[in-house]
Amino acid sequence: MARAAFPSPYLDSGLDSAILPAEGGRIVFTTDSFVVRPLFFPGGDIGRLAVCGTVNDLAVAGARPRFLSCSLILEEGLPLDDLGRVLESMGKAAAEAGVEIVTGDTKAVEKGRGDGLYINTAGLGFAPEGLDLSGSGIEEGDALLVSGTLGDHAMTILSSREELGFRSSLKSDCAPLGGLVGELLGSGARVRFLRDLTRGGLAAALNELADLRGVSLEIEEEALPVKEEVRALSEILGIDLPSMANEGKLLAVVRSEDADLALAAMRAHAYGKDAALVGRVAAPPAFGKAAPPPGSARVRIKTLAGSLRILPRPSGEKLPRIC
Amino acid sequence: MPAHEAFRRKDLVASLADSVAREAEGLGELKFMHVCGTHERSVNAFGLRSLLPPNLKIVAGPGCPVCVCPVPELLAARSLALRPGATLASFGDMLGVPMPGGSLLEARREGASLRLVYSAADALALARADRGREIIFLSVGFETTTAPTAALLASLEREAVPNFSVLSANRLVPEALRVLLEGRRLGPEGSAAPPIDGLILPGHVAAIVGSEAFRFLARDFGLPCVVAGFEPVDLLEALRDLIAQKRGGRAELGNGYSRAVRPEGNLKAKALMAKVYEVRDAEWRGLGFLPGTGLALRPEFAAYDASSKYRDALPRGRGAEDREPAVEDSGCLCSSVILGRAEPEDCPRFGSSCAPGDPFGPCMVSEEGTCRIRFDFGGAA
Repeated sequence: MARAAFPSPYLDSGLDSAILPAEGGRIVFTTDSFVVRPLFFPGGDIGRLAVCGTVNDLAVAGARPRFLSCSLILEEGLPLDDLGRVLESMGKAAAEAGVEIVTGDTKAVEKGRGDGLYINTAGLGFAPEGLDLSGSGIEEGDALLVSGTLGDHAMTILSSREELGFRSSLKSDCAPLGGLVGELLGSGARVRFLRDLTRGGLAAALNELADLRGVSLEIEEEALPVKEEVRALSEILGIDLPSMANEGKLLAVVRSEDADLALAAMRAHAYGKDAALVGRVAAPPAFGKAAPPPGSARVRIKTLAGSLRILPRPSGEKLPRIC
Repeated sequence: MPAHEAFRRKDLVASLADSVAREAEGLGELKFMHVCGTHERSVNAFGLRSLLPPNLKIVAGPGCPVCVCPVPELLAARSLALRPGATLASFGDMLGVPMPGGSLLEARREGASLRLVYSAADALALARADRGREIIFLSVGFETTTAPTAALLASLEREAVPNFSVLSANRLVPEALRVLLEGRRLGPEGSAAPPIDGLILPGHVAAIVGSEAFRFLARDFGLPCVVAGFEPVDLLEALRDLIAQKRGGRAELGNGYSRAVRPEGNLKAKALMAKVYEVRDAEWRGLGFLPGTGLALRPEFAAYDASSKYRDALPRGRGAEDREPAVEDSGCLCSSVILGRAEPEDCPRFGSSCAPGDPFGPCMVSEEGTCRIRFDFGGAA
């Protein structure tokens, strides 16, 4: 079934390993596992997620994504139709992303021992020498950009879970970002850092960057691109918007003077139409009560009401409030 | 502009904050307490404390019904979840609350059957869908959540669902405030001046019980109090009203949330609650028994009362006269935090050995819990 869904001479070879050409530059390698529930949701499915998630990890490292492996763990009783749909979706996503699925594995477990289907994908890409997207050159004043609306994936998943009992017209933003990253890097804008937004959303990515590089970051709530429906749902459910997961969006830190250039490049691409400048790398803030140790970083958000508050790393799964 | 945006307008917020700062000048230290987790969440989400002058403090009081659910009731819930053929349906927050022997979630390892629900109606739907299974709804909440449960139980008079029952852990806010104030237990201890200068009253509870239910605070305790909504403008306007009362030496009841709160409240909701429930004494975790602050199902609804239906199977309950010491949450500051006697940041465990992924006490579990809210929003802001 897999070979039909994503034809590849490597898979057809019948070998256990794919023997691949080295394409110059540095090898970039990543892996992720996907256990999303439900398996199918508006705008995507576990298969599309599995391809895009891994492709995007490669893309934000500056690599051209080229080859993927795909391991499936199937629960006995998973309808073959569902499996077929997932594989077909993977094939389509891979084709769109310009990657080949070249090797894989399938295991079955007894009924009751797996949530229908788990997928692991590992990905290989090649990044040019000298490209540094690790944020080592970040300076005060650098612009913080996001490639589009926040929280779409999280809200879509939440509204697909029957228990919540509401419907929405939302679709997951799950998408391969290799093309968008290519446009951004090719625009001439000096990009310091890229990260794809996944679990924990923008808040997680900003905190990771702040911890990694010891920088202080400040964003404005008013500047965050968000669909009206997502904003409304986040209010009703009491979930903080910047913490909500995405699957086809990225955070870019670019040199201050290049912000407009970078935005124009992203907005010209289908997956970057709503790209926006959301904040800046700030000077380290003056601390009040409970000052953190010297050298530690902070992420803060200017609220809609005009006040500044800390935006911490999101913790755990968000459940709606009870009263 | 949509209503919620109007109540967040930066210019309005800025001018109200200025006004509050000016009016508060020269009045010394002012502490106003709210009693609602949603208020604390709003205060943090909008960074309101950073907009206030240094002499003005908003203190979080007992505003989290999950946090005050006492250990004996949690143990009862857990024993029902472990009962063969039964499933405990509960709000998500309750599942992670620590108790001796492990939380409800941890009890799954021993075979406890749990379902996460968002309302009593969800739990009833489960019971209807599987008539062979005993579905017990763990009913936690203040008046806001109790009212829909009452409506649901009342509707069962028309169509019985014998495999459904409710374990009632609901609590009442106005009476709790009365008892705590009479016992001089609210706000910081040991100062000559009154420990709190006024109260910001919970808008959602007031929508049910009515603003008049809180008049006794001004009349009997001389406390300025104002019912407030949940947007930054609502909270700042309530503060402005409270400060004006202090300045004028007045102690009155104000209603700043008249768009949702009437003096008499929601009469239909109150009638349904009175029909289904009777008031009882209830234990609050960490605070002991507060007379008249709990709700039990009336005898007419005994068929749906889990504490009566499963009486023989439940652990021995506690009464106000019980001399046996309550299970102590040693080292947990939650019971001080909910009285406004300690800040989460005062707790040595806060953020280190007590965090949402690994909570030591209930205040870090619920999204209405003061400690959890402070953690979520990165500390006092």
